[in-house]
Amino acid sequence: MSRVRISTIVNGEPVEFLGGGGQSLLDALRDELRLTGSKEGCGTGDCGACSVVVDGRLVCSCLMLAPEAEGKRIETIEGMQEGSELHPLQRQFLEHAALQCGFCTPGLLVASKALLDRNPDPSETEVRYWLAGNMCRCTGYDKVVRAVLDAAAELRQERPR
Amino acid sequence: MSGVDYLSPTTIAEAVKALGQAGGGARLMAGGTDLLVQMRGGRAKPQTVIDIKRIPGLMDIRAEGGGFVIGAATSGAVLGEHAALRKAWPGIVEAANLIGSTQVQGRASLGGNLCNASPAADSVPALIAAAAVCIVEGSNGRREIPVEKVQISPGKMSLAPDEILIAFRLPPRPAKSGDAYLRLIPRTEMDIAVVGAGVSLTFDASGTCMAARVSVGAVAPTALLVEGAGMALVGSKLDEGALAKMDAAVAAACKPISDKRGTAEYRTKIACVLARRAALIARERAGA
Ligand SMILES: Cc1cc2nc3c(=O)[nH]c(=O)nc-3n(C[C@H](O)[C@H](O)[C@H](O)COP(=O)(O)OP(=O)(O)OC[C@H]3O[C@@H](n4cnc5c(N)ncnc54)[C@H](O)[C@@H]3O)c2cc1C
Ligand code: FES
Ligand code: FES
Repeated sequence: MSRVRISTIVNGEPVEFLGGGGQSLLDALRDELRLTGSKEGCGTGDCGACSVVVDGRLVCSCLMLAPEAEGKRIETIEGMQEGSELHPLQRQFLEHAALQCGFCTPGLLVASKALLDRNPDPSETEVRYWLAGNMCRCTGYDKVVRAVLDAAAELRQERPR
Repeated sequence: MSGVDYLSPTTIAEAVKALGQAGGGARLMAGGTDLLVQMRGGRAKPQTVIDIKRIPGLMDIRAEGGGFVIGAATSGAVLGEHAALRKAWPGIVEAANLIGSTQVQGRASLGGNLCNASPAADSVPALIAAAAVCIVEGSNGRREIPVEKVQISPGKMSLAPDEILIAFRLPPRPAKSGDAYLRLIPRTEMDIAVVGAGVSLTFDASGTCMAARVSVGAVAPTALLVEGAGMALVGSKLDEGALAKMDAAVAAACKPISDKRGTAEYRTKIACVLARRAALIARERAGA
């Protein structure tokens, strides 16, 4: 099928691209927009490496068609850093050595940020359930969970409510 | 998946027409968490994908006639955030929220869960227990059918080829009512039910059960409404005798397969255990 023009807002910037009807949003981000931070681990919704936020909702970009993005706001890992400053989650992942190969890391960071945006003070159990759709074959998750909890504490101090 | 047309109609009439015109070559898409996986694996090869999420009314929850109308494509995440729905129908919401991960919840719908017609679909026993009704529309107009009449066999539905599930209608909730859904999986998240059980109960002021519906999933080709199990509880205070009768009715209704996830005997036993536990939780939620 013919490719269609798709207008979206990606990480705050209006973006237009040509996408095919059956193309996933993940493929469009990677191949059309060259935003290769989002990864494809499985392509079937199981691993979370492709996690992005669409209109405020955390989703798997591998399980969304590119043309569905028309008129939507998309946030990817590329938009997480503020200027040259790493986001506290990114810094805490480094501090805690919460990554080895790093393939799962963009998805874990996007998913963790989506959690902290709606729940600034999650319990460990809440973090573990929220991230259950993000597979990591390297770290064993413990360091990830500790990094998220520490980043949450840091963010609470930065922006007292 | 490269040769696929994508349509996103903004009216039901347009969607019905597109579905009819495609003559079997089109598939409806809500959250796509089943459909896109099947397309990727080559099990579904539609020429056209009809996204129903831009049709007004398919993505929201409305209070209506003392009950609720839930748009067929509403995501699990939205259901979980709806305080009034959670209060009235905690069993439906917990069943919907068991589907997949946070990411899957951002997209997966009750309509897709039912229309994928998997015998293990988590929300279906909860919807059947709740006596939920489907509002469907096709070229022959609009009709309503109980949820338990929609699935015929794995992957098969009773809807006409150009019919679309628009919404679920949940009946008004009498005082002292409660529902619950439980499933067994070998781990705590991200797995398919080995068995699921949904129960909805209403009690009178003295704590006697006035109405009961029990449904089990993954123990037959479709989720089952076990009428005998509900009858066993009506008129009782959920004493051991009544629960034992419910067990017998559930066990008699189960026709499970044996596979690597559980033998038929195990699944039958677990169905009884889960139905009992769900009934006790439903009673607690009813405040009876
Ligand atoms: C990682 C992962 C984990 C999962 N875990 C679970 C789980 O724990 N429990 C569970 O039950 N399921 C699970 N699923 C399956 C799936 O997420 C659910 O069945 C979900 O509810 C499907 O909803 P959807 O909106 O994404 O459906 P879609 O994929 O959009 O549609 C599913 C089917 O229904 C049809 N359809 C959709 N809407 C309508 C409509 N309104 N009218 C007529 N036909 C329609 C489509 O054509 C398609 O055939 C999981 C899936 C993934 C990827
Ligand atoms: S690539 Fe999307 S969930 Fe694995
Ligand atoms: S760091 Fe390798 S998969 Fe997570």
